[in-house]
Amino acid sequence: MQIEKRHKASTIILYAGFILITIITLLPFAWMLSASLKSDIDVFSVPIKWIPETFHFENYAKIWTKIPLGLFTFNSLKLTVIITLIQLVTSSFAAYGFSKCKFKGRDALFVCYIVTIAIPWQVYMLPQYIMMQKMHLIDTHLAIILLQSFTAFGVFLLRQFFQSVPNELLEAARIDGLSEYGIYARIMLPLSKPALATLTIFSFVSVWNDFMGPMIYFNSTRNKTIQLGIRMFISQYSAEYNLIMAASLCSLVPVFVLYVSFQRFFIQGIATSGLKG
Amino acid sequence: MGKPHTAYEKKQMTLNRHNTLVGLSFILPNFIGFALFILIPVIFSFVLSVCEWDGFTAMKFVGFKNFARIFQDRVFKASLQHTVIFTIFSVIFTMAIALSLAMMLNRKMKGVNFFRSAVFFPYVASVVAVGAVWNAMFLKDGGPVNTMLQAIGIANPPGWFASTKWALPGVIIVSIWKNMGYFMIIYLAALQDIPTTLYEAAVIDGANGWQKFKKITFPMLTPSHFFVFMMLTINSFKIFDLILVLTDGGPGIATKVLANYIYDKAFVSWNYGYSSAASMILFLIIGTITIIQFRVEKKFNDFM
Repeated sequence: MQIEKRHKASTIILYAGFILITIITLLPFAWMLSASLKSDIDVFSVPIKWIPETFHFENYAKIWTKIPLGLFTFNSLKLTVIITLIQLVTSSFAAYGFSKCKFKGRDALFVCYIVTIAIPWQVYMLPQYIMMQKMHLIDTHLAIILLQSFTAFGVFLLRQFFQSVPNELLEAARIDGLSEYGIYARIMLPLSKPALATLTIFSFVSVWNDFMGPMIYFNSTRNKTIQLGIRMFISQYSAEYNLIMAASLCSLVPVFVLYVSFQRFFIQGIATSGLKG
Repeated sequence: MGKPHTAYEKKQMTLNRHNTLVGLSFILPNFIGFALFILIPVIFSFVLSVCEWDGFTAMKFVGFKNFARIFQDRVFKASLQHTVIFTIFSVIFTMAIALSLAMMLNRKMKGVNFFRSAVFFPYVASVVAVGAVWNAMFLKDGGPVNTMLQAIGIANPPGWFASTKWALPGVIIVSIWKNMGYFMIIYLAALQDIPTTLYEAAVIDGANGWQKFKKITFPMLTPSHFFVFMMLTINSFKIFDLILVLTDGGPGIATKVLANYIYDKAFVSWNYGYSSAASMILFLIIGTITIIQFRVEKKFNDFM
């Protein structure tokens, strides 16, 4: 009886702790949601009103007319889809070469990838810019596509996974007369769906959330992405926090949906890329 | 290697060549893009750091003059100092908080997954949205944080991003909040690998909770502590976009970090040599940490 009571008490304390942590962590998002539904004079009312007296849903309609949010969303989606596709195809291809084909010079090529992983992006941000300038690609989507499609991360992640596929399986397919390309397409890819899903999600989130790349390369409004668009919005309507919050919340929706639906791939990505790096 | 003599050797050679071609055909589509857009720029940055160039006039070799100059630059020294302070505090607090969260949430209880996901979410939220909301949260007058502080009796809450004294602590708080979930996941994975028999034995020996933590949990996590410490240190030295959206290095230069300096010299004052020299210093710091990490991690792996 005594033990049971103590157990119950500690469970309640634990849950209270969990809830407290969650509230503290999510507080900024809650405030964002609440502010996005207020009129601009009520945003900073004291004491804080977490639930607005009247819900100003029209804020969400207003933001689409103040800046071309639709265009920005389209640009972000376009870049995200193209870069993610190129990454998936070329890194899975390269990962197969690095993990399952044996030839001279292979490891030397792989060392190049390893070395650059340790180099911070700030080191080559300027040379990349100069290069794009010489190629007359400043203020084009192509610049970002070229710069972000060939990351070492994708090759690393998939190589890690491909290595875990037993060679006997591939050997059997070779004896059956399948070429390396056939093995890649018909055996390796179907087997590595979880790893491909992880890469897709990581690539999607990082391109969608990227702010520095577009900031350096895109000047004209028609090229801007959603992140850059929201920065533009903030600088133009700096006092209208309700609208800023509504726009920010909209930009979080795709990543939030992805996160809620494919959570285990996020966790998996950290486990494979992080721990065993 | 002589000339191939037997038919077998000849066959072996064509087979090798065939293998090389197939292997290369897999690797090259990615490698060409990677070499062009990442590898070459990396090499180019080394060249730039010992040159004087504004992008228009002719490039001039100046040796280590850029390095000597930036070390006399007050802004550079301040940026380096802010980066180090930022790193020290965010590393210590993120580690402590991530470990505590992982230990709390390392239980088989109903709904525990929901709480884990909630803590991890700030990590995937975009830095622009995070910057927007924290700028409002930390507003000096009427911001929710200060309103709450006043409600609990703090009459003169800090000015946060408007004050040179409190801007850096503010940035550190946001960075801890954003990253703690990621490192919690890493700690959680490691906690689940500790054999439960160790704890069972400790209970038989009459150990209490604190003793179990001190003698089992904490030491068993040594490889993870090390990994988390290194990752955090590297990421903190690279900090950029979060500062950009929160304070843009201000007020004044109160939160300027190395990456700000590199960016400003490159894209604001078009002094490519200074920018590259500063980036080499960043590279040197991170490179050294990475090499240490490689060495020590190899040692851990040899042990286990």
